[in-house]
Amino acid sequence: MQRRDVSTRRRFLGLAGSTAAIGAFPFAISIREVEATPETMATAIRSVTGGATVQTGKVKLDIPPLVENGNSVPMTVTVTSPMTSDDYVKSIHVFNEKNPQPNLGNFYLKPGAGRAQVATRVRLADSQKIIAIAKLSDGSLWSVTTEVVVTLAACTEDVM
Amino acid sequence: MRFGATIFLASLLAAAGIVLRPLIATEIPPGERRSGYTFMGPETKAMQDDDTANPGMLGALDGEALWNRKAGATGKACAECHGDARASMKGVAARYPAYDRPLGRPVNLEQRINLCRARHQEADPLPYEKHDLLALTAFVAEQSRGMPIAPDTVPEIEPFIAKGREFFMHRQGQLNLGCTNCHDDNWDKHLAGSPVTQAMPTGYPIYRLEWQSLGSLQRRLRNCINGMRAQNFDFGASELVELELYLMSRARGMPMETPAVRP
Amino acid sequence: MAAALINVPKKAKSGDVIEIKTLMSHIMETGYRHTTTGAVVPRDIITSFTCRFDGEEIFRADLFPATAANPFISFFTVARKSGKFDFEWIGDNGFSETASASITVE
Repeated sequence: MQRRDVSTRRRFLGLAGSTAAIGAFPFAISIREVEATPETMATAIRSVTGGATVQTGKVKLDIPPLVENGNSVPMTVTVTSPMTSDDYVKSIHVFNEKNPQPNLGNFYLKPGAGRAQVATRVRLADSQKIIAIAKLSDGSLWSVTTEVVVTLAACTEDVM
Repeated sequence: MRFGATIFLASLLAAAGIVLRPLIATEIPPGERRSGYTFMGPETKAMQDDDTANPGMLGALDGEALWNRKAGATGKACAECHGDARASMKGVAARYPAYDRPLGRPVNLEQRINLCRARHQEADPLPYEKHDLLALTAFVAEQSRGMPIAPDTVPEIEPFIAKGREFFMHRQGQLNLGCTNCHDDNWDKHLAGSPVTQAMPTGYPIYRLEWQSLGSLQRRLRNCINGMRAQNFDFGASELVELELYLMSRARGMPMETPAVRP
Repeated sequence: MAAALINVPKKAKSGDVIEIKTLMSHIMETGYRHTTTGAVVPRDIITSFTCRFDGEEIFRADLFPATAANPFISFFTVARKSGKFDFEWIGDNGFSETASASITVE
């Protein structure tokens, strides 16, 4: 079992001033600055929106506000839409700020979906903003932003 | 504090002439025992509740395939002697750890599977904590789902339960912590954002989100012991089996949940 | 041994909006982990999931290192006629798995 790079999560624990430092054992791992920045996320968003205006609304992001474990976070995105052949959601794109990469998932739907709702489980490296953007059949873009708090498990495992 | 409340209640009941089973130090009263499930958020509970969304079930599926696969010099599959696991393995995992007479000591379910492989299939033991043993254990234990935990009670096993209990109670390691200090005295409080549970092993092998895979109770115990900064033990060590045995005895009567999901 | 768990209702009435749940066993190695010696553990993930009904695509997803291990994906579709759903997962290192489930629509 290899050591996971938990540098960003460890820094969060330190910043939070947690006195339960039981988990922050000083193993000799390389601290790597691999982290998406708000700029990386903005670039990723732009590649989907093409710079067009994104309106807030229609999209709902269901994600636990306090995440039990950042390794597997259940996430449901729902877009209000009649899902007819004239008016449907073509795709949903979810982004994050602080993972090494800005994408959490892209989902492509057809009118026959009946309901524009997708659920999956994602990894979140740190407390951060999540943004979901929906592209509708008429070309309009809609989004929602949510803040999530991610904590580490209390007792980290020794390298197996 | 729960301890104080318990003593107060005990003295009230004693005053009312009701004789209580002597509560040793800080044991959790049977009526207050809670599975780790109850400490989880709704999303994680939902993950466990849905068999088609529970990643631990993937392991159990693999275990079923292994159950039917021929093994060892005898070329026999588990199914040849045990038939349909849904019938033959019902209630088995709930009785483990159990006393093995030839060995003269208790063994856990993983060890029982490997003993079967050696004695009846002439097959090599499956390595601890690798996918095959975890999957097979998960499949067998799943057949006890919903049944009350009821580890072996033969007289010969008593001293081993006592040893496991002794380990649970005594302070050890760099932090001078005993398992009981958190899991009997401070459950439902939080440690670095995570709830402290009562340490009831109701769903092993579990799919632990932290591991992103199935894992055994021994892996969890080694994780805890490491967290306590105490001397750890290898997989299969008798100290770990004794601790498993004590923990299962402590959870007697609680329903099995294998394969459980835990954060 | 890539096990998959699919949940498709066996029966539905025409016009019903049904939920399809899928779970595929896969480690989804991010490519951001390191061994104790500092070497990178190479990325190994599922990159794409597609669902087709009677051969026609009805849903598709791009997966990333941020997708949790043993990817769970659920989506909806309108039941119109009886037929077969085909599911396909494609990923790094030539990973390719399929599964299918039939539905009877009244």
